[in-house]
Amino acid sequence: MQGSVGYNLAFAAAVCLVCAVVVSSSAVALADRQDRNAALDKQQNVLLAAGLATDDEKLTADEVAARFAPMTQVVVELGSGAVVDDVDPAGFDQRAAASDSTRSRVAPENLARVVRLPDAALVYEVRDASDHLEMVVLPVEGLGLWGTLYGFLALEGDLRTIRGLTFYEHKETPGLGGEVDNPRWKALWTGRLAFDETLTPVIAVVKGRAGPLADDPYAVDGLSGATITSRGVTNLLQFWLGPEGFEPYLTRLRAEAGG
Amino acid sequence: MSKTRDALMDPLFNTNPIALQVLGICSALAITTKMSTALVMSGAVVFVLLFSNLFISMLRNQIPTSIRIIVQLTIIASLVIVVDQVLKAYAFGLSKQLSVFVGLIITNCIIMGRAEAYAMQNPPGISMIDGLGNGLGYAVILAATAVLRELFGSGSLFGVQLLSLASEGGWYTPNGLMLLSPGAFFIIGFFIWALRTWKPEQVEQD
Repeated sequence: MQGSVGYNLAFAAAVCLVCAVVVSSSAVALADRQDRNAALDKQQNVLLAAGLATDDEKLTADEVAARFAPMTQVVVELGSGAVVDDVDPAGFDQRAAASDSTRSRVAPENLARVVRLPDAALVYEVRDASDHLEMVVLPVEGLGLWGTLYGFLALEGDLRTIRGLTFYEHKETPGLGGEVDNPRWKALWTGRLAFDETLTPVIAVVKGRAGPLADDPYAVDGLSGATITSRGVTNLLQFWLGPEGFEPYLTRLRAEAGG
Repeated sequence: MSKTRDALMDPLFNTNPIALQVLGICSALAITTKMSTALVMSGAVVFVLLFSNLFISMLRNQIPTSIRIIVQLTIIASLVIVVDQVLKAYAFGLSKQLSVFVGLIITNCIIMGRAEAYAMQNPPGISMIDGLGNGLGYAVILAATAVLRELFGSGSLFGVQLLSLASEGGWYTPNGLMLLSPGAFFIIGFFIWALRTWKPEQVEQD
């Protein structure tokens, strides 16, 4: 009986059932592919920061896997810098950890406007045959103008020289702050020094042009028309290289290399 | 002109959903900075419109009037989620750039509008054609806006650099306004102006 309450309820239930089956079967059927895409995307961004891939290259899944092979994923405790053994790095989601109150804490007030700090972070190490550190890739994040910038910073084995910086997610204005994606700007980072002689993170995006590498090793050209984004990048790097960020971990690596 | 041809061609210029009805503006502003995103978004909207009109038209005599809007919305939302899932699986890069806007097709007034105004009264075949026509009407405006925004905002089309940028040592200084949402407002405004000059019957009388 069309128009009766019973008919309406039955019709609504039938529509919901059919739609639910369609939606859930598409989600289940495509889940594998989507997870692979997300993992691949992240690995590709790590490779970009590490200088093992460029923006113009269209890499197949196999090529990404091959280039990613020398990278060891390590979960480190931020407070102590020690390796966390009981967590599988492949399944570790740092952003999920940061929003889980049992695995994170409220960050102290900071210029990068990081709200919650995860107890542990996922880093990528590259070591040569004799276990000598060649490179380390650190996840970084912080507030720009419109939202949080998420990216990776790669340091050379000396743990002072920057190898590369890339942001894989941000909401900055295209053409202005969005130029953080510009390969020419990203290329300016390579070779600059993140830490000064006293191992304080002093790398900064300056207004205008930075001097030549030899005279001005701790500065990178500002993005014109994007003062707040530029300042945000400075703040987030100094935060994540500082005592609340990866300083304990980097200190441990330096001690290992020295001793 | 035949009814079929009207259903397909009218929405392109005579009753264009964006230019005449001024629907679907939100996504038209958000994803037209590049041709690639504009075309993928148009494709998604065409697909959803085609099938939402088809299914709703097939059920038009069964859908109880008192709950018709929510039934339409359920069907539209399911189609949009499927499109979003497919994009995530097969065009991950583009789906990342489109971000929430694919999901927001659910609330795109064009789709609900066509379901309620057309598919509820007409048989499935012609409803699909109406869906296709309106989807293409949306796509035409999106593509035209994106051509202007990408060309003058970034000096490129489909990511291929056509005008050499001053910042790369070339001659063209990009127009930053084109990359911001207000740029799209101006462009769509000019389209509406041009269209109403060409077809004065679209001008609203005070």
